[in-house]
Amino acid sequence: MNDPSTVRFVNIGERTNVTGSARFKKLVMEGNYTAAVEIARSQVENGAQIIDVNMDEGLLDSVQAMTTFLKLIGAEPDIARVPVMVDSSKWEVIEAGLKCVSGKPIVNSISMKEGEGPFLAQARLCMDYGAAVVVMAFDEIGQADTRQRKVEICTRAYDLLVASGFPPEDIIFDPNIFAIATGIEEHDRYALDFIEACREIKARCPRAKVSGGLSNLSFSFRGNETVRRAMHSVFLYHAIPAGLDMAIVNAGQLDIYDTIDPVLREACEDVILIRRSDATQRLIDLAESYKGHDSRAEKEAAEWRGWPVARRLEHALVKGIDAHVVEDTEEARQTSARPIDVIEGPLMDGMNVVGDLFGSGRMFLPQVVKSARVMKKAVAHLIPFIEAEKEAGARAKGKIVMATVKGDVHDIGKNIVGVVLQCNGYEVIDLGVMVPWQRILEAANEHGADMIGLSGLITPSLDEMVTVAEEMARAGMTMPLLIGGATTSKVHTALKIDPAYSGPVIHVLDASRAVGVASRLLSDTGRDELVASTAEEYAEVREKRAGKGASELLSLTEARAAGFKADMSLKAPAPARPGRHVFDNWPLADLRDYIDWTPFFRSWELHGNYPAILTDPVVGASARSLFADAQAMLDSIVAEGWLTAKGVCGLWPASRDGDDILIVPPLAVEEAAHSADGRTLVTSPPASGGDTLVRMPFLRQQVRKSRDRASYCLADFIDTADDWIGGFAVAIHGIEEHVARFKAAHDDYSDILLKALADRFAEAFAERLHQHVRTDLWGYASQERLDAQALIKEQYRGIRPAPGYPACPDHSLKPILFDLLHAQECIGASLTESFAMLPTSAVSGFYFAHPDSSYFGVARIGPDQLADYAARRGVDMAQAERWLRPNLD
Amino acid sequence: MSKRQELLDAAAQAILVKDGPYGTEIQRARLSAQDYAGAMDLDRDQKGNNDLVNLTQPGLVRQICDSYIAAGARVLATNTFNANRISQADYGAEALVRDINLAAARIIREAVDEACARDNTARFVAGAVGPTNKTLSLSPDVEDPGYREVTFDDIVAVYYEQCAALVDGGADFILIETVFDTLNCKAAIMAVRQLERELDRDVPMMISLTLTDLSGRNLSGHTVEAFWHAVRHARPVAVGLNCSFGAEQLRPHIQLLSGLADTLLLAYPNAGLPNELGQYDEAPTTTAALVSEWAQAGRVNILGGCCGSTPDHIAAIAAAVAGLAPRKVPQDRAQMRLAGLEPFTLAA
Repeated sequence: MNDPSTVRFVNIGERTNVTGSARFKKLVMEGNYTAAVEIARSQVENGAQIIDVNMDEGLLDSVQAMTTFLKLIGAEPDIARVPVMVDSSKWEVIEAGLKCVSGKPIVNSISMKEGEGPFLAQARLCMDYGAAVVVMAFDEIGQADTRQRKVEICTRAYDLLVASGFPPEDIIFDPNIFAIATGIEEHDRYALDFIEACREIKARCPRAKVSGGLSNLSFSFRGNETVRRAMHSVFLYHAIPAGLDMAIVNAGQLDIYDTIDPVLREACEDVILIRRSDATQRLIDLAESYKGHDSRAEKEAAEWRGWPVARRLEHALVKGIDAHVVEDTEEARQTSARPIDVIEGPLMDGMNVVGDLFGSGRMFLPQVVKSARVMKKAVAHLIPFIEAEKEAGARAKGKIVMATVKGDVHDIGKNIVGVVLQCNGYEVIDLGVMVPWQRILEAANEHGADMIGLSGLITPSLDEMVTVAEEMARAGMTMPLLIGGATTSKVHTALKIDPAYSGPVIHVLDASRAVGVASRLLSDTGRDELVASTAEEYAEVREKRAGKGASELLSLTEARAAGFKADMSLKAPAPARPGRHVFDNWPLADLRDYIDWTPFFRSWELHGNYPAILTDPVVGASARSLFADAQAMLDSIVAEGWLTAKGVCGLWPASRDGDDILIVPPLAVEEAAHSADGRTLVTSPPASGGDTLVRMPFLRQQVRKSRDRASYCLADFIDTADDWIGGFAVAIHGIEEHVARFKAAHDDYSDILLKALADRFAEAFAERLHQHVRTDLWGYASQERLDAQALIKEQYRGIRPAPGYPACPDHSLKPILFDLLHAQECIGASLTESFAMLPTSAVSGFYFAHPDSSYFGVARIGPDQLADYAARRGVDMAQAERWLRPNLD
Repeated sequence: MSKRQELLDAAAQAILVKDGPYGTEIQRARLSAQDYAGAMDLDRDQKGNNDLVNLTQPGLVRQICDSYIAAGARVLATNTFNANRISQADYGAEALVRDINLAAARIIREAVDEACARDNTARFVAGAVGPTNKTLSLSPDVEDPGYREVTFDDIVAVYYEQCAALVDGGADFILIETVFDTLNCKAAIMAVRQLERELDRDVPMMISLTLTDLSGRNLSGHTVEAFWHAVRHARPVAVGLNCSFGAEQLRPHIQLLSGLADTLLLAYPNAGLPNELGQYDEAPTTTAALVSEWAQAGRVNILGGCCGSTPDHIAAIAAAVAGLAPRKVPQDRAQMRLAGLEPFTLAA
């Protein structure tokens, strides 16, 4: 999960609303505020990220009730930690509420119902009190019902507010969710109109958000919870990608999209998206079978209790049912070798399923919180047994705290090192991935560690490692610090990390060196020598570096003049199928043939090219054995569908503007469903259209070259008008379940093998998708016939450089690319604060089709380009310096 | 040029030094009850009413201000931490609130204007507004968590009275300092907004939070980031932290706020932590070394001292940060920022 304080979709708890909850209303009317506060608490515990408080009831002194309740929940830290939505149709109630809220709340709502004057006056007061506002799509004429009216009112309100100085990021529109499937024909379009309006409002009103009250939608099915929940989940599934940012929902009562009965799900979809004229009647007919006490659910409920215990635990976790979890956990404990196995096996498996469902947008936060609660109960039951079992083990040779630093998610290398150290009798305290420095230092002190090992794969992690070293120095620590991971190097360690920390700092090239370094550091005789020789070596690196005149740089102006001049008469034609294309589940069997094995062996520290490596006199035998294991696992992966390959690519009109490429974002009309070669090929709802160009800035080589070689920049490959660019992201989902299985079986080998294969699948998919783009979607090379080896050698026309790699070293372009692709929504891929991709096995990049486009390394750039880039990228110098540090000095 | 712009311009050139506290210096003058009360006809004992000194011993206040100016301070606060109706009621001096604030602002204004006339260096008068001793967020009655001693409107009125007098007396900014209750601070912001409407001009605010525990929350329970979300609508010309603990313990919180706030960063910690006798004994050079570390890291724009600091501390800080580049204000990321006790950000 990402940082919980920064989110993409927000659930607003609705149970503390007298108009929505009969129970809450009764308690407030009786003056039983103690019980009413408990409802707020359970809302937050169930995952509501904001709580809506509404006291609009004719028989109630609403001002009094609002202030009393807000003051009471203000005194409960468990509740008051989340923001409040002060909800009333009466301004006096809202203002009374604002006087009691100490954080920054949301006002729900204001509108132009009484005209522009009162609307702006209330907005100004909201600004003075420090609140965001929900603006209802309501004007002097009435409530907006059609798409056009919704958009018209919201954009008018937006323009007025922004002109009056109201911050656009604090505006939330509520374009009215109305009841559908009422039997009245005019109501049929309400849901679709809302979804379409969302998209237009988001395009037309930068930074503004969209919200809605969900329960209205299914009003005509009241009393039939199953149908209502299904309608809500299906609606969200389509409205969120269209731009819905938040909704008032009963937190904890949403169904998982994938687990809705497919018949019901389709019927709901038909009604919401108006896919057939008899949709309403069909849903009403179908609803009958779900009515009253839900016989189907009861049957299912009885059925799952008869399953084997591991499956019961998984079911309980996924569904968030805690009723039987203690008895099931006890049963699992009695049949497990060790109580810990219950946690690492069925419980973790279940949580991984939950994680996958959440990660792919099929489950919402409230459900995840419920699952976590079930997990906590189970673990709490097991703890006493685990404690009782503990005995003093054999004394370890030494303790090492290991972590992948904050912002980075890659752990194959770290896990390999961990396994190797453990096999050699060291105790490894593995803190996992994305670990902030505070936790690393704490853990080292708490466990009395002998050394700390840091790992990272992406370039921003280098900076984070320097921070860890600085903080260790500040804390007065002296234990050795080991540095490892793909982007780390002796030079960086010597230049940047070693000077920051007075204790020993040692770059460990690969896992095979780790044991040697660790044992020497812990030996009385070897330690001083290793520390001294390393320090000396690093000092030499620094001296050499200082002495060596850095390669001469051209000024940015000179470099631009020396830029590559592509012959634009050769540029690729317009794509055959422009727009965005989503591939939900590309067959793994197809991708298997595209795997490039050489890097696979490299990840196991077996160096040599495939297939020659299999007959290598030194490593041949190990390579063959590893290759056989990999093939066996591939068989299972493909046959049993362990993994899911999801991808998206986009082909967009583009033009060059200096060193920038201007991209015309996808227009709704360009996106249509395709089907090709029997592959699963779907197109998600069209992205928000718009006329704002997306600016993608690139860097240019500045290092002086021999006479006639050009100073390249990716922008050189795009014409100044009428050209095209592509983008893509692919991700391999589903390793978690299997990794957990291996971990539970203490099978680190299979764990690492699977992770390495998942990485290969991601690369293979990138290769395969690029081919599909060249020959079909873009189609500029429809005659291309290359086998896998020729592909691996890149004997084709066009390139796919990735942000963070030499031709385009700035990782921070990824969020822009991901937004263009809607990568989060459609393939479930997200980014960490350092722009590492999740899931870990993922690849993203750009497509350039010009025949002369080629890979190059930007290498070192000068301060002039840094300043120019910062301006083009719209960030300050400090930010740009952080992003481009590896290319500076 | 507006005072807001003048300050921004000055802060772009250098790290600005703020003064230290008045309380410590007034205590050192060892005034008698008589000295405190002066010719004022007040029933109760005025010993310890440091705000009243603006009226009864204006020379002393001026002298303290001059010593801070001599030490290098360019942001000079008024001696009005408790010059509000609620706090003055404890001394039976609430009728004098307007006079105290007017006098206090005039003393500092004069001192600052004279200094500027001498050396042509821009200096600023910050009208200091304390938290009052009543809290809007907490109940004083354990049995009744919904009870409050005061209402939001009461506090707005109290602040309005004080701020209007400070601005009349010549304050350039309102410094809402030592904020232990975020809702009190929001009431102060509302009061300044009302004053701005009344005067039909910008009255820039500086806002300074005080933390009550090392994990980084104030008394009303807000984290530093949540606090920033809750007060950002004031468009403060500076935001920061004061009092709390010593510089050493304040460091991580300064670092956090410095990365978040798209405005000037203000910091004036105590001179270390009090010793067993409740006295501050951190040497000026020690304080200066600690805070200049923040300056070197580019994390601050305005630096001064709080409890325990003396003109010597301020002079040491001024010397330590002279010539260091000021923090560059980060760009706003235009996200929707909400807050309960904890921050909540909706991705843009």
